[in-house]
Amino acid sequence: MNYDKEFDASGLACPLPIVKTKKALNDMTSGQVLRVVATDPGSVCDMAAFAEQTGNQLLEQSTQDKKFVFFLKKA
Amino acid sequence: MATKKMAIIATKGTLDMAYPPLILASTAAALGWDVQIFFTFYGLQLLRKNLDGIRISPLANPAMPMPVPMPVIVSVLPGMEAMATMMMKDKMKKKGVASLEELRALCLEADVKFIACQMTVDLFEFQTSEFIDGIEYGGAATFMKFAGETDVCLFI
Repeated sequence: MNYDKEFDASGLACPLPIVKTKKALNDMTSGQVLRVVATDPGSVCDMAAFAEQTGNQLLEQSTQDKKFVFFLKKA
Repeated sequence: MATKKMAIIATKGTLDMAYPPLILASTAAALGWDVQIFFTFYGLQLLRKNLDGIRISPLANPAMPMPVPMPVIVSVLPGMEAMATMMMKDKMKKKGVASLEELRALCLEADVKFIACQMTVDLFEFQTSEFIDGIEYGGAATFMKFAGETDVCLFI
């Protein structure tokens, strides 16, 4: 999937993957796509909850080599 | 959709109890919530410029996981608190857990409002110069004004 920006949250524990994803989205414009990579298993549920509550759309979530990859479309 | 609000009363000043208010506040702020934390009694320690004094003790804390079983009498020995604190901080760093300083900075950056309880500041004879900038000082009525409008209100 194409994306405009990437944020690597590997090695970070709760709540940093979410809090820093939000920071990464701050300087993006509506409709742009952010790719996030995380290793915290809790981030799978958390990212879905973040998307639901903020209106940023979770386009895709997958697991690759024990890493969790998310594509978020900025609201 | 109306902006959600959360109010937290932070009353504890140990390393383990310093985390929940800052984790929840930074997360809620990231979700777009309007957040205030009212720091009172030992929670005021979290507002100090230097957070190095925040520690954890294995004493009277039977639930704390220890690398080796440790009799209570050993926990009383001088230096045990410093050692437990060092080990906990070391473990947190290895596991990617944010430092208290980092979480606090993320809260302030996200406009979480910090209010120091004036009564306990006076009680413990703290100087405002010991605390970080950008905080407010107030009492119970100040807290209730915001708390009364919140969706989530926690006492930690």
